[in-house]
Amino acid sequence: MGKTTTSASIATGLAKRGHKTVVIDFDVGLRNLDLIMNCERRVVYDFVNVINGEATLNQALIKDKHTDKLHILPASQTRDKEALTREGVEKVLNELSESFEYIVCDSPAGIEHGALMALYYADEAIVVTNPEVSSVRDSDRILGILQSKSRRAEMGMDPVREHLLLTRYNPERVIKGEMLSVQDVEEILAVPLLGVIPESQAVLTASNQGIPVIHDDLSDAGQAYQDAVARLLGEEREHRFLDVQKKGFFSRVFGGKA
Amino acid sequence: MPQATADLFASPCLQFKGSMVPLTTLELLYFDPEKFSQTLQEKIQQAPNLFKNLPLVLSLDKFADDINNLNLLQIRELCAAQELQLVGIRATEPAQIAAAQAAGLAVLQPSRGRQEAPEDDSQSSLQKASEPQTANPQSGAEATEEVEDPPPGNGVAANRVIRTPIRSGQQVYAPGGDLIIMAPVSAGAEILADGNIHVYGPLRGRALAGVRGNTEAMVFCQSLEAELVSIAGQYKISEDLLGNHWKKPSLLKLEDDRLVIREL
Ligand SMILES: Nc1ncnc2c1ncn2[C@@H]1O[C@H](COP(=O)(O)OP(=O)(O)O)[C@@H](O)[C@H]1O
Ligand SMILES: [Mg+2]
Repeated sequence: MGKTTTSASIATGLAKRGHKTVVIDFDVGLRNLDLIMNCERRVVYDFVNVINGEATLNQALIKDKHTDKLHILPASQTRDKEALTREGVEKVLNELSESFEYIVCDSPAGIEHGALMALYYADEAIVVTNPEVSSVRDSDRILGILQSKSRRAEMGMDPVREHLLLTRYNPERVIKGEMLSVQDVEEILAVPLLGVIPESQAVLTASNQGIPVIHDDLSDAGQAYQDAVARLLGEEREHRFLDVQKKGFFSRVFGGKA
Repeated sequence: MPQATADLFASPCLQFKGSMVPLTTLELLYFDPEKFSQTLQEKIQQAPNLFKNLPLVLSLDKFADDINNLNLLQIRELCAAQELQLVGIRATEPAQIAAAQAAGLAVLQPSRGRQEAPEDDSQSSLQKASEPQTANPQSGAEATEEVEDPPPGNGVAANRVIRTPIRSGQQVYAPGGDLIIMAPVSAGAEILADGNIHVYGPLRGRALAGVRGNTEAMVFCQSLEAELVSIAGQYKISEDLLGNHWKKPSLLKLEDDRLVIREL
């Protein structure tokens, strides 16, 4: 999928552009975010500890090593998922919103408790989709839940603002008919497109190094995430990396993959 | 004792109220347990959401088989096994009524003068008749009067207009009127109306118009890509809808009790 990869890069991007940002891992039990952010060895307290009053937010928040205005609130590796209560989550979000401009919630997969908690208080939602029929169908479901079960829906407030982020996009496979095209996905979901992130080796390299791929200015995926962050902040940017890239001299000679 | 509680206990503990509930009717021609289960299961698979925990009335108006072959207790169990709840039967024959009473099922009056055209094998019948049945405790002649929905106060039909997409897993129903959707209806979504359904966008999910038996109901859509379309119980699934009208602006209605598709 790419939700955690996207949360890490979007949060980093917002912070790099000067906005005080915190990214929260809602995937209790898995803890992928702190691996991608390379802070797993600095975790002392986690999200559930804060909810249970066993630690203060300041004790649990981890300051990112690479980006000044970025903090991480890690998930608990051991607790059970029910520890995330609606009241507990609300209390933590309220406290965070006093000192942060953006709170990025990395949702677990599916439509179970953790995902519902991650989306309940959302003002905006970035729905991450892969160009496959089953993934698009799941996103459609999540969009339905956002518009019916979120706090904004339940309170009759303005709806959650929706963004579509298509990731692991591979134009070659689209041409071969093995993947849905950007147009197909937009047509089915009818949600404004925030960005298209190409399938890229740079993402794997970045996550192995624990540096969100958006830091990699030279990579296609890094640039695509930078564009997405700019659009999120209201800038107009043309979508890139939608077509098959012509092979450069070196890759032609050495037959490598870009 | 608090005043509210005292008031409560001063009033009678129950009262009778007339009400109308839509009940789906299962019309039985003859009874063979195996065929019964199998046919039921096939029908349910085509619209599982529609059938879940549905209260059912068994109609014996057309029952032509030997009454001794009719086992109402078994029928109730076979229905229950598919999460359908048999609540009563519709019959006039004294033997049938006696059988129903022995099985603890309610006996409702048969429908009057409602014609059912012979089934065409290119389509199937989901609910032969899903008309409102009165469930009135004051039994007697007037109790079984079939009443139309009371018109809403201002004389305007209870139409429902929705401007946001209907997503997979969502269900929207317009009781007593038309359903108008000015957005796409996703695959995996279900929209229902007692009246007509209009979709100003692609219809990719299931659309059921005239769900309480209105055979005049129609379905209009800007692009026909539906999983299922049903009007008053007559339905077609997507493989029957594929063809000239697929992905085109279309109108679906009943003609001689058959579901037909027309260009819009
Ligand atoms: N654009 C991409 N190109 C290549 N691999 C990707 C891309 N985005 C994500 N991945 C890989 O897919 C896997 C799942 O990503 P992750 O962000 O953890 O997904 P999720 O949080 O939705 O489960 C990871 O191995 C990640 O490196
Ligand atoms: Mg994840």
